[in-house]
Parts: sequence; structure tokens; C-alpha cells
Amino acid sequence: MGLETEIAGIKLKNPVMVASGTFGYGKEPAQFIDLNQLGAIVTKTITLEPREGNAPPRIVETPSGMLNSIGLQNKGIQDFVDNVIPFLAKIKTPVIVNIAGDSPEQYAKLAKILSQEPTVKGLELNISCPNVKKGGMQFGIDPSATADLVKSVRKATKLPLIVKLSPNVTDITAIAKAAEQAGADAISLINTLLGMSIDINTHQFRLGAKTGGLSGPAIKPVAVRMVWQVAQVVKIPIIGIGGIMTGADAIEFFLAGASAIQIGTGNFVDPQTPIRVINEIKDYLTKRNISNLQSIIGKAI
Amino acid sequence: MPKQESCRIAKQEKLTDTVFKLTLLSPFVSQTAKPGQFVNVRVCNDYDPLLRRPISIHQVSKKDKTIQLLYEVVGKGTEILSSLKTGTSIDILGPLGNGFPIDKNTKNHILVGGGMGIAPLLFLASQLKGNVEIIIGASSKSKIYCANEMRKLSDKLIITTDDGSLGEKGFVSDSLSTNITDYDLRYSVIYACGPHAMLEAVAHIARKNKVPCQLSMEAYMACGIGTCMGCVVKTVSGYKKVCDDGPVFDAKEIIWD
Repeated sequence: MGLETEIAGIKLKNPVMVASGTFGYGKEPAQFIDLNQLGAIVTKTITLEPREGNAPPRIVETPSGMLNSIGLQNKGIQDFVDNVIPFLAKIKTPVIVNIAGDSPEQYAKLAKILSQEPTVKGLELNISCPNVKKGGMQFGIDPSATADLVKSVRKATKLPLIVKLSPNVTDITAIAKAAEQAGADAISLINTLLGMSIDINTHQFRLGAKTGGLSGPAIKPVAVRMVWQVAQVVKIPIIGIGGIMTGADAIEFFLAGASAIQIGTGNFVDPQTPIRVINEIKDYLTKRNISNLQSIIGKAI
Repeated sequence: MPKQESCRIAKQEKLTDTVFKLTLLSPFVSQTAKPGQFVNVRVCNDYDPLLRRPISIHQVSKKDKTIQLLYEVVGKGTEILSSLKTGTSIDILGPLGNGFPIDKNTKNHILVGGGMGIAPLLFLASQLKGNVEIIIGASSKSKIYCANEMRKLSDKLIITTDDGSLGEKGFVSDSLSTNITDYDLRYSVIYACGPHAMLEAVAHIARKNKVPCQLSMEAYMACGIGTCMGCVVKTVSGYKKVCDDGPVFDAKEIIWD
């Protein structure tokens, strides 16, 4: 069974990755699953300096989905290098580190630091977080801002670069093309959709930050559509993200043009989700006598 | 270390129109749980509701390999949970979080529970040695649960109701404030669980009387295992996760807004 796939020059034994922000740095999920079975791990966003995150409440459940407004709470790059990398170094699965900053210089600085770490096999640039005032979506909603950012990180590192796109744009293909032309090795999409929820009894916003990012099965059709759109305009590999809970969901993304997928909210619902999805993809291919995952990628286009 | 466990429902008891006591056959959690810990329960295999429901462990029986969860039907998730019949299996993660720290030197344990916050206190009371005094309260008589079990496990039980329909009229914090002068405060600890405003009042009384105080906090959760950073409360050392930094916090750590 050929489940192997390649993203930005990183060879994956299977196409199932775990999405940034839904898996921490792997320590807690390792209590429930074998990390070595995963295609790749994308760690929670790291910034140069520690970030406190947004005021709670940060989570609201919505029909077949959830809103979050975490706000990139993290302990900063130094803590990551000192305390997290030693743990990640013991895992055989490729580790991709998701980074964000307030300026292209900050992203570049993070890329430079992480280039010194052999454990880090690639970088995912978060230019799509809807929950921070600075350093997030601002870079991902304008093609020239995307290009400038990717160029400056490209100069700072030889590591494979994945650019994670926001769905909160008028034309996602323009952003994807800008990222590719600026030197991105792959594109991952989608990050969360900007949303809101209001308590009708108290007349208050349900999230402390008022707005948050919508994720979960509710957003899957939007994500599949955007992967399909981007697949038609770029040559670099695409990682599909958005509400994937089953192997069948993942197959939809492959048919739309994704070479790999990430499980996000599914990790909260059931820690076994990524393992189950790997097995269900295998079953799908076996039942149809398809010897190689690659042969179905983009088949619906 | 927590595990994922498929648990058969041994008993689903309806205590009132909205409150249920669920007994689960749980070979792992029943042997490893500590008072104050919780389990994250998947109530259905569908996507609506999507997330698990964090529920504190009400009581365990190591011998029967069971755990009990006391819960109130407040929405779709708990409604589905209440409809599950004996014999069906549900998926839980647990035991999660840090329980109440129990210090051997504590001679006088003061347990304060408001509303559904009494749930983890029964398990706690069953594990304590020394003098155990319990104050439980609710809006009215019909919302006081497990008073008999609590009485058996305590040296003194005080019940309060907002409307005075049972026990003392007023809040548990009023009762604590009045009675605290009678307690031997040298080797005392207050443990509390309940609504946010109640916990704030209890923390204030504890600070004023210089009694150590442990609070079980609540927050909306997604993962329950420490990865999503969703369930934070504000503390003197920044935002801390209720699920794995808590749910029990030293009252001195919490910043009340």
C-alpha cells in the first residue's frame, strides 16, 4: 500500500499530519496515541517572545463546530528550544514548526533560530491567525504582504517552507500564487473562518475576544472548495485542512488536489482521530484496488 | 497518566427532573482517580454536539471498578448523556487534571459546595482523615443532592438554601463566614467547588481568616488534556489551564475580575 507522500521535500510515510494548535507540542496526545504512526506533527504556533493569549472565554461550541480565540498563547522560542525540542527529538515522525510574528523580520529571525535545530524538518508560516491584532491574518489577506513575508523568511532559511492560508479573503488563489512565486515549498489551507457567537440571555459575546476562528466539520465544504481552487493555480503541494474527522473526509481533500491533510479539531473530539483516519484511507484504497495514494490526488479537478 | 476508556453504563439514576447520577464500569479510572479529577466524556459519535463534556468524578468504588458522575442536564450534550441506557458504552478520557492536594497534617477539613459543585466533594470527603465539616448549598431544597451521603462522611453538615426551604437561609459563603470563627484554624484547609461568584466569596473569607484554600475551577473546554489552551483562568502567573494546571487551584493564585 503506497501511502507515502512528499510535502516541500519532506518525505511522509502517510499523508496524515496533525494541525498546529490542536496537538500542543505532542506531549499530551502521546498519552493516548503513538506519535510515530503519524505522517507529520505540526506544533502549536511559536512566537519570538512569550504571548499571554486572549481573555477567556476562549472556546464556544457551535453546530458541528467550535469557535476559538486562544490568541497564540505560547512561551516563546527560547522555551521551545530549551524545553520542547528535546522531547520532539525523540520522535521519528517529522516535526514541522508553526511560527508567527508581528513583522517579516520576526518571522525571519524565528526561521533562522529553528534552522539550527536538526529536529525541525520544516516550517509552517502562520499568516492566518484571526485571533491576534498583530502578526497573523494581516499578512495573509493581501498578496503583496504575503509575498514580502515569504521572501524574507526564504532568505533566512533553507528549511522547507509551508505557508498556511486564511479563508477570510476574497480571492484565495491570488494569495496562494503570491506565496508560490515568493518561494514557498507548499501551501496548507484552511485556517479557521472568522466567526462570532452571542448569548441571547445575557446579550454578551460568548468569547472574551468577541470574535474567534470557526473550525470542525461545519467548515469542511469551504475547505474542500478552497483546496480545489488553489490546486488549479499552483504547482507546489497542498495540505488540506478543515473539519477532517474520517478517512472519507480526507479522500475528498485528496480528490480536490491535496497531497496531504491535517487533523485539527478532530484531535479534541477523539485523540484517536489521526490514527483512525490513516487506517480508513488505507481501507478505501485497498477496497478499490488502488495501489498508490498519489494516483487519486487531484482526480476530481 | 490518563487513558482512553470505553465504559459500560452500569446505572443511570434520575435524581430530579434535571439531575442524574451515572455509574460507569471503569476498570482504569476507578483504580487511579483522585478526588477533584474529572473525565472528558464523549456523549455521542455524531458531530453535534462536537466536543466532549468534562464532568468531575463524584465517587469511585475500587472494589466494583466503578465511577459515578453527578450531572445536570443543561444542554444538548448532557441531554443525550441522560438518555443513555444501562448497558450502553461511552468513551471517556481520564482521570484528568490535578485533584485536591491532601496534606496529612491537616486536622480540620472544611468542604464548601454550591449547586452542582458538590459533585466532587463526596469523593473528597470519602478520602479524608480527621475532622470533616461540610457546607453545601443551593437555591432551594429540591436542588440539594446527596445530603445523606455527605452526612455519613462528615462530622458536621450544614445545608443552606437561598430561599430558606432547607437548612440555613442564605449562601454557603454566609454560613462559612459565620462558622469559621468556631473552627480550629491552625490545621484547617478549605476545599470549595461551585459557581464562580461563590468561589470568589469563599476565597475572600479564606484570605481574611488566613486559612489555606483550594478551589476547583470551571471553564469551557475543548480537549481537556492540555493542548488547546482554551480553558484558561487568570492567575498571578498568567493564564493557566483549568484542565491540566487545575482544575484545583490554590485560592491565592486566582485573580478575580
